Amino acid sequence: MSVLEMRGITKRFGALVANDQISFDIEAGEVHALLGENGAGKSTLMKILYGLYQPDEGEIFVNGQRVSLKSPADAIAHGIGFVSQHFALIPTFTVTENVLLGHEKQPILQHDAMRRQVVETAEKLRFNIDPDAIVGHLSVGQQQRVEILKALYRGCRVLILDEPTAVLTPQDTEKLFSILIELQRQGLSVVIITHKLNEVFTISQRVTVLRLGKVVGRALTANTSQTELSQMMVGRQTIPVTRNIDHHSQNEIKLNVQNLAMADRSGAPRLRGLSLNVRAGEVVGVAGVAGNGQSELVSILTGMGQPQSGSAQVSGKAMPFGKPAALSQLKVARIPEDRLKGVIGDLSVADNLMLEQVGQFTRAGHLNRKQIREYAERLIRDFQIKAKPDDPARTLSGGNIQKIILARSLAQNPEVVIAAQPTRGLDIGATEYVHKKLLEQKQRGAAVLLISEDLDEILALSDRVLVIFEGAIVGEFDASETDIDVLGALMTGAAAEKVKIHA
Amino acid sequence: MLRISTPILFASLGETLVERAGVLNLGIEGTLLLSAFSGFVTAQFTGSLWLGLLAAVLTGVVLSLLMGLLTVTFGLSQHVCGLGITLLASGIALFAFRLIYGGASTPPALEASFSTLEILPGTSFAPLLSQHWLTYVSLLCVPLVHWLLYRTAFGLRLRAVGEQPEAADTAGINVYKMRYMALILGGAFMGLGGAFLSLAQLGAFTHGIINGRGWVAIAIVIFGNWLPYRVLAGALLFSGVQALQLRLQAQGVALPYELLLALPYLLTIVAIAFVGRNASYPAALLKPYRRE
Amino acid sequence: MLKLRIERAPAPLWFRAVIPVIAVLATFILVSALVIVAGASPFSAFFELLINPLTKTTARADILMMATPILLTGLAVTVAFAAGYYNIGAEGQLYAGGMAAAWVGTQLQTESPFLMIPLMLIAGFIAGMLWALLPAILKVRLQVDEVVTTLLLNSVMLFLVSALLNGPWRDPVSGWPQSPTILAAAQFPVLIPRSRVHFGAIVAVVVAIVVWWVMSRTRFGIEVRAVGKNRDAARFLGIPVGNRILMAALISGGIAGLAGVGEVGGIHYYMTGTLSPGFGYTGVIVATLGFLTVPGAIVSALFLALVNRGAISASRELDVPVYLGDVIQAALLLVGLATLLLGRYRIRRVR
Repeated sequence: MSVLEMRGITKRFGALVANDQISFDIEAGEVHALLGENGAGKSTLMKILYGLYQPDEGEIFVNGQRVSLKSPADAIAHGIGFVSQHFALIPTFTVTENVLLGHEKQPILQHDAMRRQVVETAEKLRFNIDPDAIVGHLSVGQQQRVEILKALYRGCRVLILDEPTAVLTPQDTEKLFSILIELQRQGLSVVIITHKLNEVFTISQRVTVLRLGKVVGRALTANTSQTELSQMMVGRQTIPVTRNIDHHSQNEIKLNVQNLAMADRSGAPRLRGLSLNVRAGEVVGVAGVAGNGQSELVSILTGMGQPQSGSAQVSGKAMPFGKPAALSQLKVARIPEDRLKGVIGDLSVADNLMLEQVGQFTRAGHLNRKQIREYAERLIRDFQIKAKPDDPARTLSGGNIQKIILARSLAQNPEVVIAAQPTRGLDIGATEYVHKKLLEQKQRGAAVLLISEDLDEILALSDRVLVIFEGAIVGEFDASETDIDVLGALMTGAAAEKVKIHA
Repeated sequence: MLRISTPILFASLGETLVERAGVLNLGIEGTLLLSAFSGFVTAQFTGSLWLGLLAAVLTGVVLSLLMGLLTVTFGLSQHVCGLGITLLASGIALFAFRLIYGGASTPPALEASFSTLEILPGTSFAPLLSQHWLTYVSLLCVPLVHWLLYRTAFGLRLRAVGEQPEAADTAGINVYKMRYMALILGGAFMGLGGAFLSLAQLGAFTHGIINGRGWVAIAIVIFGNWLPYRVLAGALLFSGVQALQLRLQAQGVALPYELLLALPYLLTIVAIAFVGRNASYPAALLKPYRRE
Repeated sequence: MLKLRIERAPAPLWFRAVIPVIAVLATFILVSALVIVAGASPFSAFFELLINPLTKTTARADILMMATPILLTGLAVTVAFAAGYYNIGAEGQLYAGGMAAAWVGTQLQTESPFLMIPLMLIAGFIAGMLWALLPAILKVRLQVDEVVTTLLLNSVMLFLVSALLNGPWRDPVSGWPQSPTILAAAQFPVLIPRSRVHFGAIVAVVVAIVVWWVMSRTRFGIEVRAVGKNRDAARFLGIPVGNRILMAALISGGIAGLAGVGEVGGIHYYMTGTLSPGFGYTGVIVATLGFLTVPGAIVSALFLALVNRGAISASRELDVPVYLGDVIQAALLLVGLATLLLGRYRIRRVR
């Protein structure tokens, strides 16, 4: 009998079906991998299991009994523990305090008893932890172990880990795996959500593959191969090429990036020596699963973040880091990952359209309202923004907000376009429009860098496809030569060496 | 000096608890005034100092609950609401004062106020140890608050709510309830602080009875890095300087005493500036918690 | 049966326009309790508070006089809050301005008001700016919270003023802790004969117009507002965020300083430690009730001045303590903020 079973789980968010009749079970003492791309539905499924979401259809059984998990407290009561990608830890508290929080068992804290218990539990799992260490000072790997201790302290029998190695160093990953194996030996079950194939093969006994909300494959890890899994995961056999693929190797390099290195606040490297270039008139797509350095790359190229080392040039001129205004001057159009951080909701559409170039609309400090209005009306017309110049920007739909961002940057005839997740959260019509505009820019001769988690988008628009994995570019393909299997393997870390395929 | 420190200590300890839970209560100044007044009036009309004390504490609690309603439940700006409560409470206090006592030129006084408690009379410690019993209470509250914050589950949860309410929420803690509890306790402390002034130290009530000490408490909490023992040190430092100033003034020293009075404030600004980026602010201070 | 459901959507426009009226009504209903305790009827109290002052010319003039300083501090707070900078230090900045004005007014040996008064205004503005400088720099450079620093500096300024007025700057003529009287040329002309409405009112109006123009019509103004509304997006757009916050903070301090200049030059004619009964804090109320807009600030300042003048009238006629005015304006602030939330919900009929 399985320790945990989910049957026919369906979950909808409006029109989007995140989970479609998913059935999934876990045995005692097994490590089960849940594999899938972004948007496949893995996180949603696990959040349902942890009581954060309620399924629209389907049932959950724990040890054969039907249960209803209405909140994390219910899940914890049934022995389900969850370690998410964003730790729910209090940085200023000690390890012991974090483990205790919410489950103190007594109104007056027994620190010594607690400390002992923390150390003992850790030792049973073959690792050491200082119960008095301040969590904020710990490495990410250590913090993750605290989260595991928390779950164990609450008596979990099934531990769910969401992309646990996304933020870990190889050493921490090894330690994590040995802990998981130990848990397994003690009869607990582990569900590991991942997109990295090598992990699946290292520690799991079974693997379930999700794609677009459905289960597309189940296997015993011993009986399957990397190729088979990545095919299931990425699911495309051929890519119809419907546009003219020009070869641009002779055009001028407009964006050149060398050796970017960037670490996050805890010192873990997020970009390791990343280099790329984009020529005039080409679209370069950066494919990869979320969390491999895309956000850091975007923040550097949009002027919001600073790398620890590395350099970049736009049209041959040095690109200063951390200065958004300089990028505008260098004619770099920037489409940010998060629309809401690129547009000021309480200001009008017209104001948002002109603010990046506000100097052009100013005379002796005074804003030329007539000029601003005319400019806004022109952009609204040219970019089909469904709004009037005076509407507050926050009243617009996501698609129209994105059009504002496109309009204000593309209308300036940029030399380089940095497009980060440009169609995230948009409907089909808006998505098509964005794609059209990006291709227009390429025709104009601009260099377009597209960074997206949507592989379809990358494949549809790019002339060259780069694969980013763990902070570096690990593969480069000409669009006509993209082998989807190799692509999938690179994205999931299966291939070790850099691959370069040219026509 | 200990005597002077008592109201400041009470107010600072109360504010420490509240800020540790993530709420900046700028209403202290007004709360102290209205508590002092309500305590005084109740004592005078009922003849019972204890009832007056109770009234003062209740006033502090009620005003803090109002702060909770506005900032925790409604999620309004803590800065503006706190300021508003100070203005409101002060206004009500002065309104009622004028109404009941008219424009008396001498401040109304109680027939008997809380007397001092002498510990070990006759010894050389006697001058130091003949304080009002409320002063002893205020000193005892320091280890009490420390114990509460660091040795009880309640304190753990309260601190969690002030640092990372999302993590606390995930751990099953009711963020709103914890903040209200902190405000209630804080309000009670402020009531005690106000009561001390009107019922013990002065045995009377005047307009300027608080005289900016509410703002001082806010400074001391930061200066003390939100730690009860350091807050005690800060309160003693402030009152020490004030005591020094009184003594110097009595001796007719030429140094403008205002400079001495201003010194603790300036020191606090320097302290804050130094701590600046690394301030051990309760990380969630000032942010209303909304579960998405 | 009629079933209603409350949902989280913006309320209809007509309702949102009515909200201020609801706030005022609710405030007065709450405050009635105090009035009744004072032994007066709420209706006569409100008559005295709101209607009576409008009927007499002297009272109307008083309203203008009382609105002047709080309009200026209200504008100061509006400018600061627009940038997301919580300047609670208007009180101290006001005193700084008053001191500078009194100094110029007593030291500058001239008979010409055309020289004296502008210099007083400039000195007061600069003094207010300087007093606002430290917290602003600490905020921009070291991310130090400005609420506490500006608040503490209020107290420091009061001490400074007291030290000066009790010592080197004490008026030798009267012996009181106040500065010597300013020269005749420094005394603000009275605008309405036999009233106390002074030139400061014109200054306030001019500042209001300038602030309105700068905030809505200039590049600087829109950049400041952008910073206040969405700091990350403003940075993304290339706006120098730190610089704009600093400038807004300094301008805010300067305007508050002008309020002090007005009190010295137009009301007292000397510097005193009781120059302001909390105008700096009232400014926060004015700005908030005015929705952080200039027209709103003007309306709020006038309304609060009406209420305060009415409180004086109520205290005379009905024996209700004059502090009723303070209570009303604080209650208005809190009730106003709370009723704003009503605008976030709408009621739908459920079929």
